Amino acid sequence: MAKETFLFQAIIFLASAIIGVNIAKRLGLGTILGYLLAGIVIGPFVLGFVGEEGKDLMHVAEFGVVMMLFVIGLELEPNLLWRMRKLIIGLGGLQVLLTTAVIGGISFALGQTWQSSFAIGSILALSSTAIVMQTLSEKSLLKTASGKSAFAVLLSQDIAVIPLLALFPLLATKLPPIQRDNFISNFNGWQQTFIVLGAIATIIISGRYIIGPMFRWVAKTRQRELFMATALLLVFAIAELMVIVGLSPALGTFLAGVVLANSEYRHELESDIDPFKGLLLGLFFMAVGATIDFNIIKTHLFTVISLVFGLMLLKGAILFALGKLFGLKGDQNMLLAVSLAQMGEFAFVLFSFAGQYGLIDPELLSLLVAVVAISMALTPLLFVLNERQISPRFFTKEKDIRPQDDIDEQQKVIIAGFGRYGNIVGRFLRANGVSATILDNDSDRVDLLRKFGYKVYYGDASRYDLMKAAGAEKAKIIIIAMDTPQQCLEMVSLVKKDFPHLKILSRAYDRNDSYDLMEAGVDHLYRETLDSSIRLGADALKMLGQRAYQTQRAAKTFLKHDENSLSELIKYRNDSKSYINVAKEQITELEELILRDMKDEEILERDSGWDSDTLRKGAIKD
Amino acid sequence: MPSILILFAHPAFEKSRTHKELIRKISGLENVTINDLYEEYPDFDINVEREKELLLKHDILIFQHPFYWYSMPALLKQWMDLVLEYGFAYGIKGTHLRNKKIFNAISTGGSFSAYQKEGHNRYTITEFLAVFDQTAFLCKMTYYPPFVVHNSHLLSSEEIEDFSNQYLEVVTGLRDGIFSEDDLVRANYMNNLIGRPYTL
Ligand SMILES: Cc1cc2nc3c(=O)[nH]c(=O)nc-3n(C[C@H](O)[C@H](O)[C@H](O)COP(=O)(O)O)c2cc1C
Repeated sequence: MAKETFLFQAIIFLASAIIGVNIAKRLGLGTILGYLLAGIVIGPFVLGFVGEEGKDLMHVAEFGVVMMLFVIGLELEPNLLWRMRKLIIGLGGLQVLLTTAVIGGISFALGQTWQSSFAIGSILALSSTAIVMQTLSEKSLLKTASGKSAFAVLLSQDIAVIPLLALFPLLATKLPPIQRDNFISNFNGWQQTFIVLGAIATIIISGRYIIGPMFRWVAKTRQRELFMATALLLVFAIAELMVIVGLSPALGTFLAGVVLANSEYRHELESDIDPFKGLLLGLFFMAVGATIDFNIIKTHLFTVISLVFGLMLLKGAILFALGKLFGLKGDQNMLLAVSLAQMGEFAFVLFSFAGQYGLIDPELLSLLVAVVAISMALTPLLFVLNERQISPRFFTKEKDIRPQDDIDEQQKVIIAGFGRYGNIVGRFLRANGVSATILDNDSDRVDLLRKFGYKVYYGDASRYDLMKAAGAEKAKIIIIAMDTPQQCLEMVSLVKKDFPHLKILSRAYDRNDSYDLMEAGVDHLYRETLDSSIRLGADALKMLGQRAYQTQRAAKTFLKHDENSLSELIKYRNDSKSYINVAKEQITELEELILRDMKDEEILERDSGWDSDTLRKGAIKD
Repeated sequence: MPSILILFAHPAFEKSRTHKELIRKISGLENVTINDLYEEYPDFDINVEREKELLLKHDILIFQHPFYWYSMPALLKQWMDLVLEYGFAYGIKGTHLRNKKIFNAISTGGSFSAYQKEGHNRYTITEFLAVFDQTAFLCKMTYYPPFVVHNSHLLSSEEIEDFSNQYLEVVTGLRDGIFSEDDLVRANYMNNLIGRPYTL
């Protein structure tokens, strides 16, 4: 088989990914290291399955980073940003500035030009959002003090990429050859900056006023794949726009994500993009692994090793000092330093960008790329080392007590379906200070509800990924109130299978549907007509002159009786003959109960405590 | 002419003998309002504002209820808990009920002699009603002696009819101001004021 065919390549990558990740996971090393190792193994220096085309692959794989930033952007609700402003601006800002200054200063002292020093310092100051976020969430550390701080620092780094991308062209010592025939290269530096800002403004404005309505329009077709296509189209289009103006596609999609973070399609977008993001990110890390130039490492072995350790130590030390300044203690502070000591995927993007503008010498560049890749590869190991050796030995465990300002403040209740039934439940909960996450797949309804400030998301709730994005893993209760019994049943089986910790409260349509739901394992079900018809009946009784309190108690008794008979009758469900028998029995029992209530018999089933007749009889006998 | 508010609580009125007659007798009287709590709030969801307005509009309040476990039926307790708010009924600014008159009109299964120190209920009705007396005191109201129908289980229809006439006499007498304040405060039972005292 020819090595070059697409299928062969795909087979190699997928197979090695599956094997690599599996092994890494089993060894407790995390998925990213698995991808990296797989990449190294199939790369030119070990098995040689992929050679030079690794570099081309890198371009495809960079889309993983692009999508990751889109998803990160989507998760950045403005009020979350606002709540974390101190950490983002303070801790994050200081980390970027300080690290840039120190590393840049050292480079300058070692004889680099000031432009080169600045580029190197700022690029190496960044850490790996992909690795850190994934590792922290795999280890469920995102909610700890250090997790929050790490998230904030990564955020400010991601944001810092924006000005960096805009600044590099201004520092350029030569014009990038590949961009000669680009639209933007016809302009001088300042004009370019202006165009870049224009493009960013376009994204923000269209995110507000064009993309939203477009999704609404597509959502009306209720075709899932069309929605997914639109999401991909959006990402691609923005990436292309960014390439045209000579900017990083990652930056553009990140911005678009932020703009769309408050839209009702956020969860749906997130879950549509997520699988692509995951795969492409994997591919990206494999490509990184495959492009590590072992020849350079071999010839400059000592330099590479000392650079890796020197840089990681330096970054870690700065983080540790800043963490202390911002009140992190003990093992939490160490964890922050460990998690962000590596260099990140943006380095690859920015290095090639800086290379195009002649900011950094090509040989130094490939050396640094190798250093970055190695530092990334070391991170999962470093986590393990810290967890098992450093932290337990040298630091006391800090209790984390501040649950109220969680990074992702997810709701405890999810309401699936906000139609006739769900809307009443939702309004009631909200009136009592519980704002649930609402999932609904009627785009008009979602639109309307959002206008009234409800937290409603568009999407088919019975999809695993949407449920996950809506926070099903952390929620406590799911209220299933979809429009048809079929949908409700599907939802129940999804929850039972994938989110068994959720308490299910489900709407049921009639007795038969109730049986279905009970058989599916739902403990709390609510027949939609039951309460209201009993209430109606009770009112009728009152109008006929019965005492209100008696009627109310009768209604309660009846409701309980009816629920009991439901769970009695289900036992005979499949045996149609005995079903009828039992049903008959139940009816007679019911009839009797009602008759007794009305006849004021000697012994009353209900409320005999208030029955003075018995007391009277007793009193007479005495 | 003082107006009277009957705060009536009976969870099983449909089965009542005594209170059915008492209520029937005083229904539709001028300046007498009957507030049937269990009918009004079968779910115990008391409309506090409505209740306060009613209180403000009347001068004499009567808690009318069967005696249950030496006390009142549950909804009446709920009513007291919710309506007699701090700042309305008591406390520095809680003067809205000041100088109103209040008493209980109750029926008991036990006899008059059972409600004596030596009787098998060991305390007198007045002692059992200390809760109401003190509540009235805290709310700056005057607590009048209770109107009591003893032995309710043993009464014939005629006897019940007789008691309901007594009750009518008490209610209208209060409304028309024919009792002296001295007698009111000093009497053991309201029943005494119309010359029908219980004796041992
Ligand atoms: C739950 C309950 C508790 C009662 N507790 C007492 C009591 O503590 N002392 C008493 O003398 N009678 C007690 N009785 C008897 C009631 O006072 C009596 O049934 C009532 O006054 C009859 O009035 P009615 O015919 O309007 O229902 C109790 C009755 C019931 C149903």
